[in-house]
Amino acid sequence: MTPDRVLGKAQQDEQAEVHSELLSGAVEPAANSVSGSSSSRDSIKGRALKLAKHYGIVIAFILLCILVGIACQYRVMKGEWSENVFITSDNFMLILYQISINGILAIGMTFVVISGGIDLSVGSVLAFAGMLAASFATSLTSVTPWSGTYALAVPILFALLGGVACGALNGWIVSRFRIQPFIATLGMLLAARGATMALTGGNPISSLNPHLRWFGTGKLGSIPLPIVMFVVVFAMAWIILNKTVFGRYVYAVGGNERSARTSGIKSNQIKIWVYAISGLLAGVAGIILTAKTGSGQTSAGSSYELDAIAAAVIGGTSLSGGVGKLSGTLFGALIMGVMNNGLDILGVESYYQLIIKGALILTAVIIDPSRKAADA
Amino acid sequence: MQPPLLSIRAIKKNFSGVHALVDGSLELERGDIHALCGGNGAGKSTLLNILMGFTKPDGGEIFIEGKPVRFMNAKEALNAGIAIVQQELSAVPHLTVAENIYLGAEPSRYGFVDFRQLNEQAEKLLKSLGFELDPTARMDTLGIASQQLVEIAKALSHRDADILIFDEPTSALGEEDAGRLFEAMRDMAPAGKGIIFVTHRIAEIFAIANTYTVFKDGARVKSGRVSDITREQLIEAMIGGDVAGEFVKENKPGSVPLLEVRGLTRAPHFADISFTLHQGEVLGIYGLVGSGRTEVLDTIYGLHRGRSGSISMRGKRLKGGSIGEALEAGIAYVTEDRKLSGLVLCASVGDNLSLSVLRRIQTWGFIRSKEERLRVGKAVGMMRIKTPTTRELVQNLSGGNQQKVVFGRCVLREPKVLLLDEPTRGVDVGTKREIYRFISDFAGTGGAVIMVSSELEELIGVSDRILVFRKGHLVSALSRAEATQKKLMMAAV
Repeated sequence: MTPDRVLGKAQQDEQAEVHSELLSGAVEPAANSVSGSSSSRDSIKGRALKLAKHYGIVIAFILLCILVGIACQYRVMKGEWSENVFITSDNFMLILYQISINGILAIGMTFVVISGGIDLSVGSVLAFAGMLAASFATSLTSVTPWSGTYALAVPILFALLGGVACGALNGWIVSRFRIQPFIATLGMLLAARGATMALTGGNPISSLNPHLRWFGTGKLGSIPLPIVMFVVVFAMAWIILNKTVFGRYVYAVGGNERSARTSGIKSNQIKIWVYAISGLLAGVAGIILTAKTGSGQTSAGSSYELDAIAAAVIGGTSLSGGVGKLSGTLFGALIMGVMNNGLDILGVESYYQLIIKGALILTAVIIDPSRKAADA
Repeated sequence: MQPPLLSIRAIKKNFSGVHALVDGSLELERGDIHALCGGNGAGKSTLLNILMGFTKPDGGEIFIEGKPVRFMNAKEALNAGIAIVQQELSAVPHLTVAENIYLGAEPSRYGFVDFRQLNEQAEKLLKSLGFELDPTARMDTLGIASQQLVEIAKALSHRDADILIFDEPTSALGEEDAGRLFEAMRDMAPAGKGIIFVTHRIAEIFAIANTYTVFKDGARVKSGRVSDITREQLIEAMIGGDVAGEFVKENKPGSVPLLEVRGLTRAPHFADISFTLHQGEVLGIYGLVGSGRTEVLDTIYGLHRGRSGSISMRGKRLKGGSIGEALEAGIAYVTEDRKLSGLVLCASVGDNLSLSVLRRIQTWGFIRSKEERLRVGKAVGMMRIKTPTTRELVQNLSGGNQQKVVFGRCVLREPKVLLLDEPTRGVDVGTKREIYRFISDFAGTGGAVIMVSSELEELIGVSDRILVFRKGHLVSALSRAEATQKKLMMAAV
């Protein structure tokens, strides 16, 4: 490159247009073409690598389904089963139903992890919010003078507020006192669990009104409501993370907080919001779980945070922040769901299931091709 | 005649075609404190790395007491009696002095650390060096100078080293601590050791060294006894030839004040700084690391609270302590370290460029993507950023192009005043010139620039006026016509 003359105004505009066309990612400016791109073998290999990088998680999901499907088919061939129960639409609906709670938690977790943090408290916050919902929706106590629409709105409102409050508190502690998110949310993990028990003196709450129960057991058309809510939450979260200024700021704060601040981003506010979102979604998950089981349990959601983290990490979200996709998390949750479901169907004992799950998480992270680029 | 303790002759070293060393030569006698001088990129660190066995030379010879040696790794150099005290402190703060000195080489009995012997050994070593330190004191209770002494003791603990290398040992020290370190050095030299001392502070060379070697562009250009050379001659030897044509300078400073700083103080970093930046002006700031130069830029940009004095932008006073306010007022900042505080490395070129203007191109929080593409494209074109696509991750770009991305992000905000801290650090010569071109054009079209730099040539080549900082005070202001490297350096040290 020779030292350049300054560009004329017209030239600049022209260049700007050229570059905006380049954004599609398909074209390369002639001046910057990478050397040695001619070999077709290279390009095939490169394309395969690119494909694996972008769709590796989808491929892994499909492979897993095929694997479980074959194992089930083997049983059928041996005459042990009369039909392949894995490959049925009912079973896939069941899998979605089973992952909806973990999926919703994992979406919130993805926000937090991309922002460079971690939220260990989601399981406890889920229990707290669920218990709040239950305590306003039970027919056993006199705290429910409401009827009709209110019978539904009040417990939900309290549950969501409880979740948001816990999450915002997490975010405030993390950003205000510069405490490591691991520690701050570990505190909340204990505190929220304690608060759940304190609400009822350690007892479960049962006899919930049918309005609330509908959230866990009802259907919209032929689709169970938890699945509908999971889809809605996913769509909204995807739009927020990919299309809004806030979403971009979440990536920036997680990628390099100092740089984000220098660019005029109020990183503390972003963090509080991110944890509040995680808390809110824990609240949603709490409502669903309470509605599903028909009671508020003090031990609800124990260790759910680990499954949520696992789903995000399997999906390629980097624990060092700044990197991750919600679609990855979705497939991370699906993989875990298929795994649980398939192993259950195949009658694998639960201890071996845990071992296999642990190995799966490690394998997923080790072979993830996008991981190297992210850590470089 | 006895051969010198250390003799390095015509060492050569290329790094992928770039000549880091052409003629690396140096002689060191017993009892000498030898100053190794030269600017950045002169080849000093390469020479030291070769001497320590970290890198292998492409040619040349090294003799210790007349015997040729060739080190394949750092351990061989250590065994030959060469020890280095690194620039950065590497002590473990929660361990004691003795534990730090013998870290990894603790005397042990049945697998347990023998603390009594450890402390006795350390005490003996410290006494022999003349350091008054308690071996059982915890490292984090010591001052930086004492910690530096522990580093020295550690370097000497492996073996009784004859050749000691101090690589900018005072860069982290205050004057008093540096004095204590010098005393220790003065005590060691007469005991028959040879000391090589690297520093950027000219005054220190005259305070402590008795011989010197000047490097420039990978070769020895001058050496001799410190008593035979004046300060001016030494600086001249380090600066060397003419640099005309390297810079771009077309802007003309106007008379309309843009940024006025009055009595700006933030203890303990700087005090009572006043200057006015005019439209069309490039204002250079020179000073050593720790002189408060970066801190002043940080404060103008609102990175820190708790300042006194006033900052006014186009006559409007800034409250301070708010980056948002500074950005709104039209101030943009290219920070010193683009990887640490400039770029989001794991994000794309496009995302990095648009980061600070997203708020201006949104409707109810949603990014207007077409407008974003347009602005990103404009920045890529204006800064001539070389990237396959704007989706490329910024970490895959070259250093120069990364720096252009930082500039591009600032420019998209259409600022009036640009604060630049070491804008050409780690950037190749071609890109440097593009950056100078940009600075000149930016100032020439109604903006103004404040540029902090350690490179004197660059400051003189680009600035209309240069302020010199020393220990947090503005000590000198030179116009473009008066400024010379000698004057600037003399004012700064």
